[in-house]
Amino acid sequence: MSVLIFLDHADGHFKKTTFEALSYGAALAKQLGVTADGVLLGTVTEDIASLGKYGIQQVHQVNQESLNALDTQVYIRILADIAASTKATVIVFSHNSSAKAIAPGLSARMKAGLVTGVIALPETSSGFSVKKNVFSGKASANVSIKTPVKIITINPNAYHIVSGEGSAKLVQVSINTDASKIKLKSASKASGEIPLTEAEIVVSGGRGMKGPENWGPIEELAKLLNAATACSRPVADSGWRPHAEHVGQTGIAIAPNLYIAIGISGAIQHLAGVNRSKVIVVINKDPEAPFFKSADYGIAGDAFEVLPKLIQAVKKLKGVA
Amino acid sequence: MKILVCISKTPDTTAKIAFTDNNRKFAAEGVQWIINPYDEWYALVRAIELKEKDPSITLHLITVATADADAIIRKALALGGDEAIRVNADSQDSYFIASQIAAIARDGAYELIFTGKETIDYNGSSVGGMIAGLLDLPYISLAAKFELAGNTATVVREVEAGEETEEVSLPGVISCQKGMAEQRIPNMKGIMGARSRPLKVVEPQPVETLTEIISFELPPAKKGVHMIPAENAEELVRLLHEEAKLI
Ligand SMILES: Cc1cc2nc3c(=O)[nH]c(=O)nc-3n(C[C@H](O)[C@H](O)[C@H](O)COP(=O)(O)OP(=O)(O)OC[C@H]3O[C@@H](n4cnc5c(N)ncnc54)[C@H](O)[C@@H]3O)c2cc1C
Ligand SMILES: Nc1ncnc2c1ncn2[C@@H]1O[C@H](COP(=O)(O)O)[C@@H](O)[C@H]1O
Repeated sequence: MSVLIFLDHADGHFKKTTFEALSYGAALAKQLGVTADGVLLGTVTEDIASLGKYGIQQVHQVNQESLNALDTQVYIRILADIAASTKATVIVFSHNSSAKAIAPGLSARMKAGLVTGVIALPETSSGFSVKKNVFSGKASANVSIKTPVKIITINPNAYHIVSGEGSAKLVQVSINTDASKIKLKSASKASGEIPLTEAEIVVSGGRGMKGPENWGPIEELAKLLNAATACSRPVADSGWRPHAEHVGQTGIAIAPNLYIAIGISGAIQHLAGVNRSKVIVVINKDPEAPFFKSADYGIAGDAFEVLPKLIQAVKKLKGVA
Repeated sequence: MKILVCISKTPDTTAKIAFTDNNRKFAAEGVQWIINPYDEWYALVRAIELKEKDPSITLHLITVATADADAIIRKALALGGDEAIRVNADSQDSYFIASQIAAIARDGAYELIFTGKETIDYNGSSVGGMIAGLLDLPYISLAAKFELAGNTATVVREVEAGEETEEVSLPGVISCQKGMAEQRIPNMKGIMGARSRPLKVVEPQPVETLTEIISFELPPAKKGVHMIPAENAEELVRLLHEEAKLI
């Protein structure tokens, strides 16, 4: 019996969410009294053995360049094989674009119950149940998984990274990967350096910013705070900002440690995508704006006056001239 | 070409979320139901656009739901589509739903299956991938653009770091999100036409569920906002640094 953790990577590096999945998987293995292993499809430039410091014993790697492009059918076949040979009872992913592509198909193939968007370690005293976000963050559900093998995907930022000492043993797996039906034609990078769903701090602007030409201060503040930028739906719909920045019920759901909302009214559909943020700061010139009800800190003031002051203060704090 | 679009019903985005029956059931009383936005705005509208371009396409809609979803499926048909199928079952877990749809898709030999990116009530992001897994078909999730040329689809898929353009030979399953199409409002002609288009009701296959919701919880209430005077905006930075320890 073991917990098997999917080691997601891009451009030769493990994603930040992979370390969260590792930390979660190792804690879960401890809770169940079993071992934790990683599974790596494709190649990375990083030291694999050092992943042992997150509490895993082995990494099973299929060392083939072709696997650096994700093909769900190929991935599912390989993962099902490795899960069977390692006698995995729980398979852990981070709930990101890779997991959304692979985990459901793996679940169907292995007939292993799947719960996505998990936010805490499972309850295992009787049965196996996990807490997941439902109603777009407006509630959570405890879901029991009834099958012998269980698959869970954990929300980014829901579990903190824990590391200590240790080294993992690298096990090479050779598997015939059959021809893929999906061809990757091209990949383009988003403008921001920090992926929105992985960011610990997010600075977000709404229609109160008046126009795309006024985004300079938001980008400057984000840069100073090492944050990603986001926006409300009308801002993306008007083409002021890229669609990939749209957060909310019909956009991306995020749960950063700090969400700074500037000139956003706080409509229920917007809140649905951000209400899992640990701390929310709202800057809005209308003191009656609904967003203040969900905020931890608020400033009722004009963004165009408040933002320069904030930027100054952050620069001073960080010692940037 | 035969296209199948998966349609689910969800509470309106402004619906109050509350639970009954010892927090085991969603309090559905008085709730307005809508077509899941991803299914309507993106999956269905894109499929309709494909059919408008190539009238030889057959477009069917499917939902796994009890009769109270008929109004929703009719509303979807008013936007477009030749026929709707309702698998007469309470939508239980994702595996159950996907198995029902996979069975219909296999029998009907559909070449293209569209789902939404996720339901806004269960937030599974699972049903599409499971259908593909059950039928051993290629699956492309989180599609923001979709073009069809013969039997080959070119799909732009959103990932954390940006976008990927992929080419896939059909049959296949695609989950759709923002970017695929623009929201449409059904017109009178569509609404009238939908009444004469068939809504077939079929009984479910016996399929077990793999998961089960035991209880729901509402998030803890916020403890109230700490307001900072606009003249003293710098104070916010101090609080975030010293009190919240976030920057
Ligand atoms: C089915 C459905 C799904 C939806 N999904 C989403 C979603 O995913 N995400 C989303 O964001 N929305 C979504 N919406 C839209 C949502 O209902 C709101 O319309 C939207 O969030 C409003 O965006 P906003 O706050 O930027 O703009 P507004 O509501 O126009 O608010 C602008 C705010 O800026 C403030 N302001 C103006 N000038 C200044 C200034 N100088 N300084 C400071 N503050 C200022 C105003 O007081 C106001 O509060 C959805 C709607 C529907 C019906
Ligand atoms: N009961 C259902 N009937 C038909 N399609 C569904 C049903 N539930 C989910 N789907 C489809 O699967 C997608 C993903 O759902 P989910 O996995 O619940 O997030 C939805 O956007 C729908 O297109």
